[in-house]
Amino acid sequence: MLVVLIGFFAGIIGGMGIGGGTILIPSLVFLIGTQQHTAQSVNLISFIPTAIVAIMIHLRHKSIEKELILKLILLGILGAIMGSLIAVSLDPQMLKKVFAGFLFTMGLYEIFSKKNIKRKVNKK
Amino acid sequence: MKKNNCYRKLLWIGLLTGFTNGLFGSGGGTVLVPCLVFLMDVEDHKAHATAIAIILPLSILSSIIYYRYNVVDISLTAKVALGSVLGGIVGSMLLNKLSVGALRKVFGVIMIAAAVRMVL
Repeated sequence: MLVVLIGFFAGIIGGMGIGGGTILIPSLVFLIGTQQHTAQSVNLISFIPTAIVAIMIHLRHKSIEKELILKLILLGILGAIMGSLIAVSLDPQMLKKVFAGFLFTMGLYEIFSKKNIKRKVNKK
Repeated sequence: MKKNNCYRKLLWIGLLTGFTNGLFGSGGGTVLVPCLVFLMDVEDHKAHATAIAIILPLSILSSIIYYRYNVVDISLTAKVALGSVLGGIVGSMLLNKLSVGALRKVFGVIMIAAAVRMVL
């Protein structure tokens, strides 16, 4: 039940685009005791149905820039393969540390990003 | 912006997004959204929605690789996915109504705290 609840909150945050996974992964690691690799795989896989539902909602709002998608996916696929292969070959303790560094950077970004976006809107 | 230059930029952004998302099993969106907003001049809400459509195929690919290396826990994933789909619906609908500024700050602090805890 706790797991479903964690998923629910991560889904809300993810659906708003403020990094559901960056909340989900540490929650699983600390509250459930999941291994880092497994927690990451949980986020990747549970994103699939979540994204499909979210895409259907966003398509109705006509918020998806279709012409950008193909170009971004092209090398995105290459990056996804490289990143995943590195991740699965890393030692879990090592991966946890690298992830912590990433999380720290992303945390700082979350705190300071809004200001940037506002400035951008004002400029227009 | 020159067309050619723009195309090359999109390829690099895509590569970086896929790499981050695969390596950390998350965070593709956190990289992709600001890139779209600041480098490609995509409007904020559209950037979020577009990002989800791009990360979906990348996540499927990464999931397959993780699965082949036997780190997947299917029953745990199913429970999280159940909650996450419901949450995703709520979140997507809230996106067009809420200012996420305050939320970002709260979650930024939580993420930093989690990061510190992970290293210690």
